Amino acid sequence: MMSELTRLTISKISKGLKEKKFSSFELVSEYLNEIDKQKELNSFITILEKSALESAKVSDKKIGNGQSGPLEGIPIGVKDLFCTEGIRTTAASNILNNFIPTYESSVTSKLKDAGAIFIGKTNLDEFAMGSSNETSFFGSAVNPWKLNNSDKPLVPGGSSGGSAVAVSANLCTASIGTDTGGSIRQPAAFCGIVGMKPTYGRCSRWGIVAFASSLDQAGPMTRSVEDSAFLLSIISGYDPKDSTSANIEVPDFKSLASSTAKGLRVGIPKEYFSDELDSEVLNLWEKGKEWLKDSGIEIVEISLPHTKYALPAYYIIAPAEASSNLSRYDGARFGLRVDGNSLDEMYSNTRSEGFGKEVKRRIFLGTYALSAGYYDAYYLKAQKVRQLIYNDFLDSFKNVDLILTPTTPGTAFPLGDKISDPISMYLNDIFTVPASLAGLPAISVPCGLHSNGLPLGLQLIGRRWDEGTVFNCANILENSSSFNKNLEL
Amino acid sequence: MSLVIKGSTKEWEVVIGLEVHAQITSKSKLFSGASVNFGADPNSQVSFIDAGMPGMLPVINRVCVEQAIKTGLGLKAKINLKSVFARKNYFYADLPQGYQISQYELPIVGEGVIELDMSDGQTRSIGIERLHLEQDAGKSIHDLHPEKSFIDLNRSGIALMEIVSKPDMRSPEEVGAYLRKLRSILRYLGTCDGNMDEGSMRCDANVSVRPVGSEELRTRCEIKNVNSVKFVMQAIEYEAKRQVDIYETNGEVLQETRLFDQSKVETRPMRSKEFAHDYRYFPDPDLLPLELDQKYVDKIKQNLPELPDEKKSRFISEYNLAEYDAGVLVSENAVADYFEIVTKGRDPKISANWVITNLFSVLNKKGLSIKESPVSALNLGQLIGLIEKNIISGRIAKDVFEIMVEEQKSPEAIVEEKGLRQISDTGSIEAAVEDVISENPDKVKEYKGGKTKLIGWFVGQVMKKTKGKANPGLVNKVLSEKL
Repeated sequence: MMSELTRLTISKISKGLKEKKFSSFELVSEYLNEIDKQKELNSFITILEKSALESAKVSDKKIGNGQSGPLEGIPIGVKDLFCTEGIRTTAASNILNNFIPTYESSVTSKLKDAGAIFIGKTNLDEFAMGSSNETSFFGSAVNPWKLNNSDKPLVPGGSSGGSAVAVSANLCTASIGTDTGGSIRQPAAFCGIVGMKPTYGRCSRWGIVAFASSLDQAGPMTRSVEDSAFLLSIISGYDPKDSTSANIEVPDFKSLASSTAKGLRVGIPKEYFSDELDSEVLNLWEKGKEWLKDSGIEIVEISLPHTKYALPAYYIIAPAEASSNLSRYDGARFGLRVDGNSLDEMYSNTRSEGFGKEVKRRIFLGTYALSAGYYDAYYLKAQKVRQLIYNDFLDSFKNVDLILTPTTPGTAFPLGDKISDPISMYLNDIFTVPASLAGLPAISVPCGLHSNGLPLGLQLIGRRWDEGTVFNCANILENSSSFNKNLEL
Repeated sequence: MSLVIKGSTKEWEVVIGLEVHAQITSKSKLFSGASVNFGADPNSQVSFIDAGMPGMLPVINRVCVEQAIKTGLGLKAKINLKSVFARKNYFYADLPQGYQISQYELPIVGEGVIELDMSDGQTRSIGIERLHLEQDAGKSIHDLHPEKSFIDLNRSGIALMEIVSKPDMRSPEEVGAYLRKLRSILRYLGTCDGNMDEGSMRCDANVSVRPVGSEELRTRCEIKNVNSVKFVMQAIEYEAKRQVDIYETNGEVLQETRLFDQSKVETRPMRSKEFAHDYRYFPDPDLLPLELDQKYVDKIKQNLPELPDEKKSRFISEYNLAEYDAGVLVSENAVADYFEIVTKGRDPKISANWVITNLFSVLNKKGLSIKESPVSALNLGQLIGLIEKNIISGRIAKDVFEIMVEEQKSPEAIVEEKGLRQISDTGSIEAAVEDVISENPDKVKEYKGGKTKLIGWFVGQVMKKTKGKANPGLVNKVLSEKL
């Protein structure tokens, strides 16, 4: 019984806690055991052993008194990009190695208020910049999955790699990540879990260490679609402290997820086919179409003509915003300071030592793109492309309710394989970036195994604010693929 | 009123445009809830946003937006219903975010105009190019420690309006008039307190020169952060002459930023490193474009107070005041209000005279503002009323006024207390006249002999006898009869 506890979904654990089949304290202890046993996965930067056990005791009391919140006693992993009051928040960077916020991000506040227990701060690419978790100052998290014929450690994907590993390896019940160009969906696909990036503006960005402000969104990483919908309902909502958060009602996603999908139309964008696409990815995509058809959904071919410009536009806009967002890490007020003989020297020493290679690369890229004489040719043009991409989606959504694509062009790859080739690394995000640029909700659902033994995910993209329909179809994919049959425990 | 500088080869005129940074009157900062009170302990009014902490986000302060719209309307300017906040990126220790949130391509206020009354009676229209909202940086203090600099972030994030004029000014006098008029408008509107010595109004001047008659715009120099109207005028005068000297000796004026040294009364270049920035402006992705509703703007317009120009016209038409007097009275809202209380039910010209001559000289002498005046407007009005009702003479009124300044009592009380009420009953005046006549037979003889100028001497004697309280008109009348 005990070892199976760690594999349960939120709904099952909630039920078990209420029925006193086990306590939150037992649950947390079990997860802490697992974390200790699987240390080599390096999925946490900070493990909150003491406070998690304390919180579990409090939750158990509340459950006993019938005062439990919707996530009472449920251990959650929190990406180390969310500022957490009194808990070190590093963004996986040397420059914030010693940073302990005195404030709690809006999303983690909502989790706390709902009774969730933070079991640890999960590993990520430095400042969420990366697709493999290898740019972390604390070393890469490692994918719990292995190739059939090899013991080589594999990347978990990124940037929310640690969050994906923690759920996949049963080190917590669910986790919270952030997605800028695919940072929730791609690691979810690589690790065989569900990852949801909601509509831009659905969740508050207040208290999340910023990477690219116009793209960053928080989202749930879970074992099941149902858990994803449930968790998203809790972390969503208008926040007057974030001017880009939307003052719009948050529906009960969990009930929407299970409503009937019959009569929906799902689009297949022809531009997402390419010769380089892994044939097994193609096959899975085909299977996905069939599963949806079997549920009474109509499949329609659509065109998103500007898709090929999405990745280049993204790699202008995101670094441009990042180059400005990261200016505040200057050694003057918090975080790492490396002294120098002048102010400029202190800046230079601090930032040279504090930032890793990929972060520096993006600061350079972004600074260049915004420079006088280049602004129009790069940043402004990229913004125009972004608008065209959004218009493509808008046009398509006149005819279809959702869009189905693979999440990634292939499966997880061995650590070190792509780290020295940024372009091939960036190509990992080719299917996830367009929805990010358009601010649309998108989910990755694990739908099958590649013949190499690794999980693959399919992505569903929905209209703005229509996460309900996304969850609805995601449910069908989940049930039809039976990838998650071990959840029947 | 152009300043013409005679060079050895030709005559030159100076071309000036101003950028004024006006701190918005508000309770909290432009993008955070921190207080903006002046003079607080260093770093005691700093929110996490102002300190550039990770994950913090700006939220626009509605009051500051309204103040900027008010100011725009007061400058008869176009209000842009859509404006965009942009980041101006540069590194400095008193700029915690590493960028200043400002407005670049789409400011909240577009073109407007300020009318100037010059001392020679001419009027000048100075164009306003734009007004935009931006946040202030913190303050660096370099002179407290030999090796270290101190940073005070209280100012970080405070809302500023940058008001940019067109290069329409031609002399230091026009610049002085512009700054005073702008300050007056801002104070009328209550959008900025205009205190240059506290730094809540700061000014950068763009100065160039050109041969008289030419329309070209030559290379300009920017003189930064001069903190009084007088210093701005001095700086421009110096800078214009410096540039003329360069051209006259076949030199080339360099486009640069210069600092004014008030002790030496000269400008000198800032180190080039201090301004060689590529600011990499781009729209701030943390803030949506600021979109305003025309109805909202109209409502602000309807509630706009009467501004100096309109008030001046009204003073001229309603009170029949001279242009100059009206101009003086409206220069400060508080003075205009004071005057209108004084003159209520009284002669406006006499009221204006009392305010401008008698009251101002007391205030100047004591270094007080109109709000600190020891004589209230109601009391000054009462004093004028006493003159108009022939209860006291104008001369006695001056004495009463002096007592009012010292004792802050009502003029009526002073008149009663000191028995200064004017004697207007003919009987007692006749008695005094008869006394004077009988006491001075020689003078009477002289008068009757044709020396009629002596009437003045007789009046003086009667006044002396009545301790100055006799109605001078009556005294004259009775004397002529009796003599």
